[in-house]
Amino acid sequence: MIEVQNVTKRFGIFTAIERVTFTVDKGEVLAFLGPNGAGKTTTMRILTCFIPATEGIARVAGFDCFQQPMEVKRRIGYLPETLPLYQELTVTEYLTFVGRIKGLSAPELRTSLDRVVERLALGDVRDRLIANLSRGYQQRVGLAQALLHDPPVLILDEPTVGLDPKQIIEIRELIKSLAGSHTVILSTHILPEATASCQRVVIINNGRIVAVDSPERLSARLRQSEKISVTVKAPPSDLADRFRALPGVMTVFESSEPGSFLLECKLGRDLRDDVARFVVGNGWGLLELKTVSMTLEDVFLRLTQHEEGVEDAGGAPGAGQDVQTTEHPRA
Amino acid sequence: MTPVHAIIAKELRAYFVSPVVYVVGAVFLLIFGVLSYLAVVNAGTQAIRLMQIQGAAAQLNLNDLVFRPTFYSLAIVLLLVLPILTMRLFAEERKLHTFELLMTSPIGVNEIVVGKFLGAYVIYLGLLALTGLVPFVLSVYSSFDWNPVFTGYLGLALLGALFLATGVLASALTENQIVAAFLSFGVLIVVWLLGALGSILGDTPLGNTLSYLSFIEHYDRLVRGLVDTKDLVYYLCGLVLMLFLAHRVVESQRWK
Ligand SMILES: Nc1ncnc2c1ncn2[C@@H]1O[C@H](COP(=O)(O)OP(=O)(O)O)[C@@H](O)[C@H]1O
Ligand SMILES: [Mg+2]
Repeated sequence: MIEVQNVTKRFGIFTAIERVTFTVDKGEVLAFLGPNGAGKTTTMRILTCFIPATEGIARVAGFDCFQQPMEVKRRIGYLPETLPLYQELTVTEYLTFVGRIKGLSAPELRTSLDRVVERLALGDVRDRLIANLSRGYQQRVGLAQALLHDPPVLILDEPTVGLDPKQIIEIRELIKSLAGSHTVILSTHILPEATASCQRVVIINNGRIVAVDSPERLSARLRQSEKISVTVKAPPSDLADRFRALPGVMTVFESSEPGSFLLECKLGRDLRDDVARFVVGNGWGLLELKTVSMTLEDVFLRLTQHEEGVEDAGGAPGAGQDVQTTEHPRA
Repeated sequence: MTPVHAIIAKELRAYFVSPVVYVVGAVFLLIFGVLSYLAVVNAGTQAIRLMQIQGAAAQLNLNDLVFRPTFYSLAIVLLLVLPILTMRLFAEERKLHTFELLMTSPIGVNEIVVGKFLGAYVIYLGLLALTGLVPFVLSVYSSFDWNPVFTGYLGLALLGALFLATGVLASALTENQIVAAFLSFGVLIVVWLLGALGSILGDTPLGNTLSYLSFIEHYDRLVRGLVDTKDLVYYLCGLVLMLFLAHRVVESQRWK
């Protein structure tokens, strides 16, 4: 249903995502998991035809996002990261406008509106101004907007950000109920979010896909592999790729701390010796090398930790230790 | 209902909930009222003077004494007021992040641009229609030639369309509403002054070109009651050019 092949996006000289490749089958729910700045929003914007890719091919339902954007847009419901709401309209007025620009006829619009209002329990606030709604209701209006024209593909960018736990569970239930009949991609920087409602997880880090698997298999795999943490003093820019090319290395996670990598290696092989010789032999300066034992959660925590640390220093001491309940302030 | 209608309806709704339109409308109508009142008072004093000289009730030309000066002053008022009406059009979509919704919906950029322009234009035509009260009341108490009044209104409708389209382009260029407003003032004043420069240069090729490029000479002929295809073509081309540029700008922003 969704096909992304070697998609690269550059903003000037900065590469936001590089050679991203994945597919999503019909009826599947896929999570895009990665720390802030990993390139999740960029990938979703390419799929929704909001921005064009610099290189590579993205297809939705067989239509090319660049060559047939209208066909793609017709088939996608999109919840952007920042809710696209007209504060001065009422919920009904807003959804009516959205339905019209999605090309629904008047009778279609009436039934669709009733359907989403019921599905998202918006009945009580139908005639209220969006500006006066709580965050949770606004998020639901955003979702109603994406579901309104009953598109076969849904792209939801951080759909549970800013919600309280009860609301998060409701949204997760809703996403689960969409599985099978709809193809869904959702992005998140919170691990339990991905494992709770998705059949497959794509982990993206620094603009590259580092792992694609089911949540169970990913954590099992990570449990059953050796992990080595390496810190290099003067890493060349393509060091992650070079590590990946070493025999026995399965996955390379790049921490947002420069020069720090986490290598996932085949079980029963101690690659520390090889890695040390590789780094020292190339004169990059080996600062640290050790085996670590980590779960998927730990790996993910580690990926995001650096960033959380920055936020801590920025005036929220103690926050951000527990990934499950951490919410990143939006810039 | 087509997507263009949907955009127009949404823009109208947004205009009517915002205080800006009421302020702009009130200021515009007030200035129009004051200008035409002054012109009428002026015509009255002229009539009294003529009566003293000639000793008999003079036949005054209201077209020359009231309508023409009012139409001329109104062009300046439009230049100041219409950019306020258009400055929010794209800037607000960006601020509310609804730009992403519009651009990921199955409607074309041209439909968005045209819809927004027409939304503002409907408001403007509504204001123009309200000013129609003045010639109507005057026609009850006096007689004048309706023809130049109609062509003058045609001139106002065309001039306003060009100003609004310039404003749409300006609001597409910047996220800041104030900058958008000043940008359209600036462009319009420069184009106006080109015409002034053209008339200083007189009947030279450069002078004629500059005069043709400025909107004011074309407006002038319409106010005097002359309908020339050349002038209508000028406004149509200007309008299409501005909307086309706005389309290009909005489209190109996705590539950055
Ligand atoms: N319009 C843009 N211009 C320049 N850089 C951008 C732009 N949009 C995103 N980026 C950069 O691309 C990277 C990926 O961003 P994004 O896709 O938003 O990440 P995520 O959604 O995973 O948090 C970030 O480093 C961000 O700063
Ligand atoms: Mg994002």
